[in-house]
Amino acid sequence: MLKKISIDPITRLEGHGKIDIFLNDEGNVENAYLQIPELRGFEKFCEGRPAEELPRIVSRICGVCPEAHHLASTKALDAVWSVEPTPTAKKLRELMYCAHIIHSHTAHFYALAAPDFVLGPDAKPEERNILGVIAKVGLEIGKEVIKHRSYAQQIQAIIGGKATHPVCGLPGGMSKGLNEDERKDIEEKAKSCVKFAKLSLKIFEDVVLKNKSYVELIQGEVYRINTYFMGLVDENNKVNFYDGKVRVVDQEGKEFAKFDAQEYLDHIAEHVEPWTYLKFPYLKKVGWKGFVDGVDSGIYRVGPLARLNVADGMATPMAQEAYERMYETLGKKPVQATLAYHWARLVELMYAAERLLELAVDEAITSKDIRRLPTATPSEGVGIVEAPRGTLFHHYRTDANGMIEKVNLIVATGNNNAAMNMSVKKAAQELIKNGQVEQGLLNMVEMAFRAYDPCMACATHSLPGQMPLEIRIFDAEKTLCHKIIR
Amino acid sequence: MPKLNLAVYWTAACGGCDVSILDIDEKILQVGELANIVLWPLAADGKYEDVEKMEDGAIDVCLFNGAIRLSEQEEMARLLRRKSKILIAYGSCACFGGIPGLANFFTKEEIVDRVYKDTPSTDNAEGMVPLATVQVPEGELSLPEFYNDVFTLPQVVEVDYYIPGCPPPVDLIVRAIDAIATNKLPPKGTVIAGQKALCHECGRVKEDKKVKEFKRPHEVEVDPEKCLLEQGIICCGPATRGGCGGRCTGVNMPCRGCFGPAAEVLDEGAKMVGAIASIIDSADPEEIKKINKMIVDPAGTFYRFGLPNSMLRRKRKEGKVS
Repeated sequence: MLKKISIDPITRLEGHGKIDIFLNDEGNVENAYLQIPELRGFEKFCEGRPAEELPRIVSRICGVCPEAHHLASTKALDAVWSVEPTPTAKKLRELMYCAHIIHSHTAHFYALAAPDFVLGPDAKPEERNILGVIAKVGLEIGKEVIKHRSYAQQIQAIIGGKATHPVCGLPGGMSKGLNEDERKDIEEKAKSCVKFAKLSLKIFEDVVLKNKSYVELIQGEVYRINTYFMGLVDENNKVNFYDGKVRVVDQEGKEFAKFDAQEYLDHIAEHVEPWTYLKFPYLKKVGWKGFVDGVDSGIYRVGPLARLNVADGMATPMAQEAYERMYETLGKKPVQATLAYHWARLVELMYAAERLLELAVDEAITSKDIRRLPTATPSEGVGIVEAPRGTLFHHYRTDANGMIEKVNLIVATGNNNAAMNMSVKKAAQELIKNGQVEQGLLNMVEMAFRAYDPCMACATHSLPGQMPLEIRIFDAEKTLCHKIIR
Repeated sequence: MPKLNLAVYWTAACGGCDVSILDIDEKILQVGELANIVLWPLAADGKYEDVEKMEDGAIDVCLFNGAIRLSEQEEMARLLRRKSKILIAYGSCACFGGIPGLANFFTKEEIVDRVYKDTPSTDNAEGMVPLATVQVPEGELSLPEFYNDVFTLPQVVEVDYYIPGCPPPVDLIVRAIDAIATNKLPPKGTVIAGQKALCHECGRVKEDKKVKEFKRPHEVEVDPEKCLLEQGIICCGPATRGGCGGRCTGVNMPCRGCFGPAAEVLDEGAKMVGAIASIIDSADPEEIKKINKMIVDPAGTFYRFGLPNSMLRRKRKEGKVS
């Protein structure tokens, strides 16, 4: 008798996600499907638009990570017009982007991840939210969270006009520079953000690492799949959000590929399944072998843990310390434990804050030399950045007048699509036995994909509540025989 | 005063409107004092049936962001209309269709074919596309179906107030919260934003609008003080409602109309055509034609945030609106 369990979370992921789990006659998990039931068609409706407008159009793919799309798009325009931005323009972009990472990682860690760890995965659903977290760690820390996310938003608005949907990116540069007053303001905020990152790492240390059962949960089998990893690195193989080469490492941590943006099609292909709107990217040279992990399967992961796994370290001192601490604790690279994504996110929070401060005191940051006007005939280009959730590819082709003919986008959550499906299935297999479906299981399965932060509007989780989940179990005749709503 | 029941809901949106509500920072605490959040799909239980169980009118205020493009979104809009005393279209997508409304330049089939069969990274020899119902080895899976068109919220249900912007700026959100808190709501149908065109609040110096050529934003070093339109850069300020404080023009980028048509404007595209016609500095038809050619993608620019709301509504097929 085959049963179907549906977990239908109303979560934000360019739409919302739905999980269907099928049980076999013994009541064990036969298969699990994470479906993405939305499509907006940016790849089509950007056609016919002037290319220079795209950074302002594609940011609307995601209001939680608009800077990622805005900058990947702007970099694609640099390539389309073959124009090298001025040094100051690059620094302004990177500065804005560091602020963006701080906003995103802060929101995710405190609103989404912290309830699982600070309160525990089996805490009462009505307590498992940001308010519960604040009740436990204290209102003072809650205020720090609000303050620093707000700082990050303000810094982005100074440069981009608005934090959500900035407008500043142009091929070859930026629309506006920084004056000294703005620079000073950003410097002060950056100093404060470094302190805040330190505090966040300490909270993780105290709450998670001092709790043996959490460390066991992170290291355990429920939340482990074995995949390749992908992320951007600078010329020293250090993590970089804004620029560099894409590096791929295998299950042993060996470099499998290293390539520039414009070579992405040699390395990545996307598989289509009829039951979801989101495609499944995989490593072309390994191939699509279905939803299986291991060295023979081309499935890879992106995002905070992937970036740390593909890099040789962090480019700033305190982030490097935190990085070393993480690998000392969790063992050799690459770490395959999905829940380690949360720790990696905090290591990156520290790097983003330190790098923000470095750029805020850089002498060139207030230079007026912020644009190089394009002179070449536009044609084709690829732009990539590391979005908070992973590698993001924008590929445009234009006519000689710079009007868009073709657009191809591979977004971070897409890169993780196959891995998320597998992580959910694995967690379900470990947690559902003999038809026994426990209330706590809902959250445990949810944790498997929450670690990837599949582009849910994490920020909105800072109000009471959490993702509602619904499990429906159908018997072979598709009659509803069991239902749990949380 | 008893606490208000407040709902926040999103449909075809990006999450930016939800983030904008959080960006009121410490004011969030005031919202907490003022209201019970009875529905926020990302934060509180957002189940259709839970809302269905509420009495009609049980929700005092609903902030609704996102356009309508799926049947379940339309159902949700109708349900929330029934359950809400005040329904507010929040953000450009709900008000006018927004950026996702650009999809109305194409058909559903064109979009699906491009995404699943035609992009250079897609490996899909069988030409597989997502289906409404699929048989997998273990059973059946279903996906929602898309409408061919993107609709605005007022095209589906009656809307009481509008808060435009992509996303709405903090001061407008605060203005709306204060109006609700003090029970000083404006007449129904009010757009909570500026009443004049953006040009009236844009800080750039406006002198004589006489243009001999149009330039695209990436082609020209912008004078940071001067009106962008006078510099020959297409800026939608004349047709667009103010209330944003010139967020984009403030960083030297032209307006693209996210606040929708200004109060007296029926159709922003028609208004822009008129505005541009009046500044072209030529009486020679041939020269005028040449100058006009410099304006690229006028429909996609003038209707950047409002195609579904425009008189055109969508690209016409075979001479009739589909």
